[in-house]
Amino acid sequence: MRQDTMDSGIAYWLRRLHVDSMLLLALLALIATGLFILYSASGQNADMVARQSTRLLLALGVMALVAQVPVARLRQWAPWLYFAGLLLLLGVLLFGQVGMGARRWLDLGFMRFQPSEIMKLAVPMMLAWYFAERPLPPTGKQLVIAGAIVLLPVLLIAKEPDLGTALLVGMVGLFVIFFAGLSYRTMAVFAVLGLGSLPVLWHFMHGYQRERVLTFLDPERDPLGAGYHIIQSMIAVGSGGVYGTGWLNGTQAQLDFLPERSTDFIFSVFGEEFGLIGALILLALYVFIVLRGLDIALRAQDTYSRLVAGSLSMMFSVYVFVNVGMVIGLLPVVGVPLPLVSYGGTSMVTIMAAFGMLMGIHSHRRLVAH
Amino acid sequence: MSRRQSLRDPRQERRQFAWRAIVMGLAVVALYAVMVARLIYLQVIDHEHYAAMSHDNRVHIAAVPPPRGLIYDRHGVLLAENVPSYSLDVTPEQVPDMAGTLEALKSVVALTPDDIRRFKQALRRKWPFQTVPLRFDLTPEEVARFAVQRYRFPGVDIKARLRRYYPFGGAMVDAVGYVGRIDAAELQHVDGQNYAGTTHYGKTGVEAFYQERLHGRVGYDQIEVNAKGRQIRVLSHQPPVPGDDLILSLDAGLQQVAEEALAGREGAAVAIDPRNGDVLALVSAPSYDPNWFVDGISSKRYAELRKNAWRPLFNRALAGQYPPGSTIKPFMALAGLANGVVTADQQIYCGPYWQIPGDPAQRKYRDWNRYGHGMTDVSKAITQSVDVYFYRLAFQLGIERMHGFLSRFGFGSATDIDTTGEMGGLLPTPAWKRRARNEVWYPGNTVVAGIGQGFVLATPLQLADATAALSMRGERFRPRLLRAVRDPISGKVSERPADALQPVQVRQSYWQAVLRGMRNVTQRPDGTAYRQFRGFDYVVAGKTGTAQVTSHIHSDNSSEATIPYRLRDNGLFIAFAPADHPLIAVAVVVEHGGGGDVSAAPVARRMLAYYLEHNTERRNGRLVLKPDLPAQLDLQPTQPRQAGAPS
Repeated sequence: MRQDTMDSGIAYWLRRLHVDSMLLLALLALIATGLFILYSASGQNADMVARQSTRLLLALGVMALVAQVPVARLRQWAPWLYFAGLLLLLGVLLFGQVGMGARRWLDLGFMRFQPSEIMKLAVPMMLAWYFAERPLPPTGKQLVIAGAIVLLPVLLIAKEPDLGTALLVGMVGLFVIFFAGLSYRTMAVFAVLGLGSLPVLWHFMHGYQRERVLTFLDPERDPLGAGYHIIQSMIAVGSGGVYGTGWLNGTQAQLDFLPERSTDFIFSVFGEEFGLIGALILLALYVFIVLRGLDIALRAQDTYSRLVAGSLSMMFSVYVFVNVGMVIGLLPVVGVPLPLVSYGGTSMVTIMAAFGMLMGIHSHRRLVAH
Repeated sequence: MSRRQSLRDPRQERRQFAWRAIVMGLAVVALYAVMVARLIYLQVIDHEHYAAMSHDNRVHIAAVPPPRGLIYDRHGVLLAENVPSYSLDVTPEQVPDMAGTLEALKSVVALTPDDIRRFKQALRRKWPFQTVPLRFDLTPEEVARFAVQRYRFPGVDIKARLRRYYPFGGAMVDAVGYVGRIDAAELQHVDGQNYAGTTHYGKTGVEAFYQERLHGRVGYDQIEVNAKGRQIRVLSHQPPVPGDDLILSLDAGLQQVAEEALAGREGAAVAIDPRNGDVLALVSAPSYDPNWFVDGISSKRYAELRKNAWRPLFNRALAGQYPPGSTIKPFMALAGLANGVVTADQQIYCGPYWQIPGDPAQRKYRDWNRYGHGMTDVSKAITQSVDVYFYRLAFQLGIERMHGFLSRFGFGSATDIDTTGEMGGLLPTPAWKRRARNEVWYPGNTVVAGIGQGFVLATPLQLADATAALSMRGERFRPRLLRAVRDPISGKVSERPADALQPVQVRQSYWQAVLRGMRNVTQRPDGTAYRQFRGFDYVVAGKTGTAQVTSHIHSDNSSEATIPYRLRDNGLFIAFAPADHPLIAVAVVVEHGGGGDVSAAPVARRMLAYYLEHNTERRNGRLVLKPDLPAQLDLQPTQPRQAGAPS
């Protein structure tokens, strides 16, 4: 009885806070799993776990805050956010901080900030804003404009260079265009054109990017360099077997064989220590979150909400697929974190803000309808 | 754009979105299914493969070299031991400035250009995380000095190892040999697994001959390493099996006495227990300190050893081939008796010289005594070393029969002793001369061979071996250095049975005649070594020998002092004692020492005196050997078996 009352009390408050309890539960489960595996992947570094927890709390706060903002308001902000983001990206290229051979950060004095992160949200918002004003499906001219809206920031980000983020921003843009009603025939034409342009793309790629692709195709090419990551990661995952070696018992993870094991390659640690069963559970959590996002999009009552909710859910899905795919040797090594699990702050805040939007879309639905 | 077209159709839009969302949902599920398939492939189908790779990744097998077996003399005196030694090891990746560090280290420990050159060579073959020794065998002062200043040298550490040490220095090297750093050629033919981690290898002597026994079995540490190869922890430890401890037949005291007796001369002395072939002493002079070779001798010092005219590196006892001179006479006498050329009591006139009957050149083979010896029987011929008697005997015997009989005592071939570097002597035949020199055999060759000159050559070991057989009236044992093996773990000593050889069988009366002559050498005033053994506590049977080094014939009144050193005769002496029940047989060669009586016999006397005094007791008026080995079954537990962990 008392339990019920409390539960309904919590549910009530969550509703009042525009927080979707299903999403929240799945996210919290994911976050908890992430902290556990981070403790192992960081070499049992409690400080790192504490820092990550702080960030997660902050990100949860951002999520709750964004959820409070009515969708209509967010929609109005979309162009402003988008153009501000573009300016910041230009600023990065002109004045940005150089780190690891790329200009990605702006030093704001108190923190370093990656404007490309804004674009992960600003691009789908801008596109949704653009399409919501017009009847769908889009005309050819609208598609060209939409393409430009996506391509501009993608090129700026790719120039930094930050291939992973450029890819994600491009993908999320394409999802909006797809959801807006891009015809399958046009898609087929672009697919052919895209394949045709691969050699051109190859020409413009940086040496290290080409190396990554080649290494992906044949990891043994460079077993101590770029291929080393993939080989060691596959060894970690493969040696985990069905049941895994157990938490904190992964030798690959614990003994420094895995590079970047607490950031991009954290899934390898998970795969080694929790095995196939653990990996399936983790992937199921992700699938659940994505499908819940799509569900929210389906139920949304206006085009803008649908497009934003659908594309953000898909971006989240792409995040997971690119990261896990890279770790298990399905995709080339691209610097994309495993959302909400990899150690690191910026992308986590963006993702939680996206979920805040999703929750807002869901909980403000009736208000809009009425 | 027409107005109609710009009109929205929310239901149519919614339906289209719904379809596309479902398509995307299905796509997501499909993509995740691909990931799941891939995971199943990695974690189920290929699991074994990756598990094996993961294991290889993290576990390195590190070989733990076994401690080398110790070497004792017959009384349990350590001849070769393992002592802790400190070396300076450098871990390159931890050294911020190698050149600066090496320079700064010079003020703390002595570093020769040799050390630095060797270090830099080794550096190139190792990973940066592997330690490379820079200096071996630090002095205690250097260890202390470094310990205090260690903070200045990150990546440099002192490491304890076990180092082979020969406490007797040069006194034992000719028998025991030494170990040195294992070289590429040796690595080629050893069991690579068992020698993983082994740095030293027996180079000469017993150390080389019993290398495998002394080495033991390698142990292994399973070490968990991280990706950079740095050790995390030891997973399992399979201890090495130490090499067997060897108990040699040598008597360290006797060995030292011989060494001292030969000091300042070139020569060799070998003593054998005739009852079983135990080599009691095996000394070559001058000698050198084997400890110089253990961790690599400096090129300067090696050049000095090589250039030394007295050839200290040459093992005269085993490889020195000398004309045996008159020491061959007892064997010749026996050959004459056995072949019926002479009889035991036959008196033969021996004048100042002898001529081959019917020799047109009338060549005179002179006796050492210009007046001759008159009527001589076989015993007297030995006692007074009558050359003329043996010229005649050899001629009548003929070279083939001489070869046939003397080879039964082991002349002309190596004894097969259990050590390295032995040379056979030479017992010539016409066939040999044709083959080796492309010349025919002259009767004169036979005549001079009868007094151990000409082509006949024997090593000191062969002489001692033959003397032992003589003392035992033909009973023969293969000379040996290894007397017993001690299991390093149980401490159990297993004695090695003597290796009996085909005995030389002749009538007892022949032995008596010959041995009487040998005993008279020291017992009768007309014996050639009488003066050297006058007043000696034991009855010694012996035979002197003086062998010309070159074919120069010196005039009768030339004194030794006027002859250049290198042209002086070699002095030889063979003996055994006590004469009636021998416990020790010796052979001594003193190069350029002149007469064997004055040069070699005193060396033999000192050796016999020491050995009999220290190893025998009188029981019922008879000299018997004190038991030695059984009392030594529990040799003290040996030196530290394991190199201590670095401090």
